[in-house]
Amino acid sequence: MDQDVVLTARGITMTFPGVKALSNVDFTLRKGEIHALMGENGAGKSTLIKCLTGINDYEAGEMHIAGIEGPVKNHSTRDAQNVGISTVYQEVNLCPNLSVAENLFIGREPMTKFGTIDRKSYNKRSQKIMDDLGISVDVTQNLENYSLAIQQMVAIARAVDMDCKVLILDEPTSSLDEEEVEKLFKVMRMLKEKGVGIIFVTHFLEQVYAVCDKITVLRNGNFVGEFTVEELPRVKLVAAMMGKDLDDLAEIKGESVDYSKSEMEISAKGLAHVGTVKPFDLDIHKGEVIGVGGLLGSGRSELARSIYGADRANTGTLKVKDKEVKISQPIDAMNLGMGMLPDDRKAEGIIGDLTVRENIILALQAKNGMFKRLPKAKQDEIADRYIDLLSIKTASKETLIKQLSGGNQQKCILARWLATNPDFLILDEPTRGIDVGTKTEIQKLILKLAGEGKTVMFISSEIAEMVRTCNRMVIMRDGEKVNELDGDLTEERVMKAIAGGEE
Amino acid sequence: MNTDRKKAHFLTKVKNWPLLLPVVSLILVMAVNIVHDAATGVNPLSFFIISLNETTSNGTILYGRIIDILNRGSEVAILALGMTLVVSSSAGTDISVGSVMSLSASFCCMLLAGYGVSSTNELAVPLVVGVLAALFMGALCGAFNGTLVAYLGIQPMVATLILFSAARAIGLLLCNDLIVYVRNDSYGYFGGFTGPIPTPIIIAAICIAIVAITLNKTSMGMYIQSVGINSKASRIAGLNSKRIIFLTYLICGLFAGVAGLVNSSRITSADSNNIGLYYEMDAILAVALGGNSLGGGKFNLAGSIIGAYTIQAITTTLYALGVSTDQAPVFKAIIVIIIVAIQAPPIKAYFRKKSLEKGVAKA
Amino acid sequence: MKTRKMNSNTVLLLITIALFFVLYGGGCIAYSGKGFTHLQTFLNILITNAGLICVACGLTVVMLTAGIDISVGSLVAMDCMMLAVGMEKGIGAVPMCILIIVTGVVFGLVQGFLIGYLNIQPFIVTMAGMFFGRGMTAVICSKQVAITEAMNSTFYSWANAKIVLPFGGYMNNKGKYMAPFLRVEVVIALIVLLLTFLMLRYTKFGRALYAIGGSESSAVMMGLNVKRTKMMAYVLSSVLTSIGGICFCLNTMSGSVQQALGFEMDAISSAVIGGTLLTGGVGNVIGTFFGVLINGTISSIVKTNGKLASSWPNILTAALLFLFIVIQSIFAAVRAKKK
Repeated sequence: MDQDVVLTARGITMTFPGVKALSNVDFTLRKGEIHALMGENGAGKSTLIKCLTGINDYEAGEMHIAGIEGPVKNHSTRDAQNVGISTVYQEVNLCPNLSVAENLFIGREPMTKFGTIDRKSYNKRSQKIMDDLGISVDVTQNLENYSLAIQQMVAIARAVDMDCKVLILDEPTSSLDEEEVEKLFKVMRMLKEKGVGIIFVTHFLEQVYAVCDKITVLRNGNFVGEFTVEELPRVKLVAAMMGKDLDDLAEIKGESVDYSKSEMEISAKGLAHVGTVKPFDLDIHKGEVIGVGGLLGSGRSELARSIYGADRANTGTLKVKDKEVKISQPIDAMNLGMGMLPDDRKAEGIIGDLTVRENIILALQAKNGMFKRLPKAKQDEIADRYIDLLSIKTASKETLIKQLSGGNQQKCILARWLATNPDFLILDEPTRGIDVGTKTEIQKLILKLAGEGKTVMFISSEIAEMVRTCNRMVIMRDGEKVNELDGDLTEERVMKAIAGGEE
Repeated sequence: MNTDRKKAHFLTKVKNWPLLLPVVSLILVMAVNIVHDAATGVNPLSFFIISLNETTSNGTILYGRIIDILNRGSEVAILALGMTLVVSSSAGTDISVGSVMSLSASFCCMLLAGYGVSSTNELAVPLVVGVLAALFMGALCGAFNGTLVAYLGIQPMVATLILFSAARAIGLLLCNDLIVYVRNDSYGYFGGFTGPIPTPIIIAAICIAIVAITLNKTSMGMYIQSVGINSKASRIAGLNSKRIIFLTYLICGLFAGVAGLVNSSRITSADSNNIGLYYEMDAILAVALGGNSLGGGKFNLAGSIIGAYTIQAITTTLYALGVSTDQAPVFKAIIVIIIVAIQAPPIKAYFRKKSLEKGVAKA
Repeated sequence: MKTRKMNSNTVLLLITIALFFVLYGGGCIAYSGKGFTHLQTFLNILITNAGLICVACGLTVVMLTAGIDISVGSLVAMDCMMLAVGMEKGIGAVPMCILIIVTGVVFGLVQGFLIGYLNIQPFIVTMAGMFFGRGMTAVICSKQVAITEAMNSTFYSWANAKIVLPFGGYMNNKGKYMAPFLRVEVVIALIVLLLTFLMLRYTKFGRALYAIGGSESSAVMMGLNVKRTKMMAYVLSSVLTSIGGICFCLNTMSGSVQQALGFEMDAISSAVIGGTLLTGGVGNVIGTFFGVLINGTISSIVKTNGKLASSWPNILTAALLFLFIVIQSIFAAVRAKKK
């Protein structure tokens, strides 16, 4: 093994029922290196990290850690900590109601000779740890009094103080502002000096170039390659992440039409939701398919949510069909003819313990109101129609939706919205986790809807499918609408716009 | 081979039958009765015998242990209706129903007798005013609980704790610290007899019918379950989660008012300290016994109702076995623990593992 | 940089303490003629509520883990009945007290195991505990049993021992000096209070309770033994309740099925008024102590007035509970907004 290498993983393979989550992935981390792990949704980043930290149990491949003979296999996060791998997650796994010092030392507090915990000593030690990291906090204050950035830092300090060789930062920056990110970087660089190897998972390209030395890219569970930052400029990185070769889908794009003359469907002025989307203006015309591009966390979903009222917009005005409207919750938007398929199917889409039929008619019923129940015959008719139309594979329409596969669940949610016959339909990642055949079907369906004069907002991580289906694209970066592309959309143009910086 | 598979299929069907738990419990209770009767030399089927008896006070009435259970179990059955909806929508329990029963009864009797009057034969206001007042008071309390839970986001148990301790006390205050007797036949009707049938049974049947029809004819049931299972997704699909949770508490309070009225009518008085005492526990137990998860989501109304009568059957049986009213809770406690323990995730996981191992061994 | 920020929990505690002084001060002004200003009035509040102090301390411990224990009232009743019947049978005071504590440990172990290891909701488990305790009380004896001097002189002497304070007395209208006094149960309760306070603040177990209440999943991630800690919390609650039961019995000197009815709600409301959050992780026994004192002061005022209906203490306590819950939810909302 190379002298500097602290962790190597070779040929890691892992399957979830029916899906190959990782196949033959390699990863190498050296001492004093900040190594970015990149890839779009479903690329296998978090699966790989869970394999390293013992949460997932990989089937093939092995892992080595410097200073330990033979392959290492962790079975729990505790195991991982014992071999020197610590992880800091996006959600801070600390106790907000305890002081900073307690969070650093809980479970391993120094004791006095009376068998009580030695507050003085650990307060002093904690203060030193935080001072060493260059973070000015009063360690006796409760953690909840500090910003997320500081909390993140405390989590890192706890990990580092527990003598770790490998520090995994899993999207620690998604909820931090620029200044806070800078602070975090300072700490990361300091740890790097001390020889800690850091694995950094992020969706923000700028951050990769600001702080990382190496980049490993994964795509669809496959290892794409390990690069130094210099050899992989932004556009190439985006291309590596998105992949250019996944396209064996038929060219299904319709001829381009100029929609700017057609009626206005949605018009937003200065709409914003504090903390997720900065104020944006957006006009959408009837019959358009408008794509929203950007990396995960760029605000692409949040833009749609603020229009739909899933996150109530704090500022700005919204016009629907040239009428100014106030949307305070989704039902208001639905009554204006909108519908939204959310990206997190499990948390916001399916009602797991209800049947396929109930899931399909739910939105239509909600629009009708509680006391105007759809007759059972009508419910059956609607459910059957969509099961047939979208070829949903289910034992019967009375099967619980949670028993269906992900793709079929997604089709049920799609059916739920089609049943309401919306004028403006937002589809947030409708094709995620779905096989290629179904993907094409959904894309065709989008074009068909547009052909019928409906307006569709389409959000996806796969640029290829957006380029194929959209007339126009809005590009989001870091919560801001940075660009609008129309005319001839190509993957390269879109990627450049998403990457930004060096046009 | 084929019959084997058929047998297995039948077994899984039985295993997944939502009413399995309450029905099995009910059968167990009946079995205990039969065995006990047989052992003491009484006709083993005396549990099921219903007869018409002549009484001096009420004329010809139905008589029998089953009638008694149905009669005495009415209040818990009525409460269990509301409690089921509350548990489903908010994954919490309304512990104030017993106190609210007492308050509703006190308010009703106070109006019927007039403030400060401890005993009356004449009604101060028409009966219907008193009845509506009881229902109104129940609904008001329900609305208070619902506001705290749905709109202020307070844990159900904490929110309902307030009325749990205050409602009974307010009732006492309304009655001027007295037990108010309304010795008027018309008031005794709700706890008395309609023809040969005890009126509480009829009232419970009406309440059950109203809820069943509402659930059948509107989509309230789906709304409540949907919110209980996944309130975020329900909101995105256009349901007003908060309003639905509020509604379930309102209904629960209203039924507590009905139950309070029945309970007070039985004794033609408002005994604030004793009406509805521990009824919240029985109502919650009925829901759990009915096979409903106290974690919210899917509910089964029929289960809760059977659960409510099972509890009454247990109580009646215990009395028949010579256990005193005061001692009965010991057995209830043991039953509660057994029911929740067999549903606990670690125990379920253990048995699943066991049966898997067995399956492997067979293969 | 060392200026301590006031955090909202400290504010809540201060509100509670201030409320106590306002209530008590109000009582003093309104009923000065009826002896409310005498030190003994305050000491009587302590004497009557000594049992409640112990029980509420136990509940605070459980509530810190985001749990609840509603079995405490019937456990107190069971303890009193055991003491009364035991002494009727001629068992000594000390063995009886030990038996009571052991019963508490067993009771707590069962409840704690079901909650901690089997993951059953605390409310349901302790509701069963509540049924069980009340039922067992009746099984032990269904009549009211009074403890007399003839039965057990030791216990009787404990109950009647006066601990006279050297200050704060007054002359009664016959010109006799009335020295203020405490009782044994108050001393026990104050010791329990102090020990619980120290335990919560200075032991690993105490801090683990806060950690679990703050975020159970984080506590697991940080390597704490969450299951065992939760179980021990319920054991502690039952043990403190048992001690509270002894204190309660020293005050009432009898056992009956109807005793300590609704005691669990008094204890919970004391803890909540004292700033303990039912969502866990926040609170301490000092607040709970003041919560008990507030409850006691309300009862005392109503009693001193003599004309108010007996249900007023319940209503006022519930109103205070309502007030505090609303304040807490507002604080929580503000905190959420800041993030």
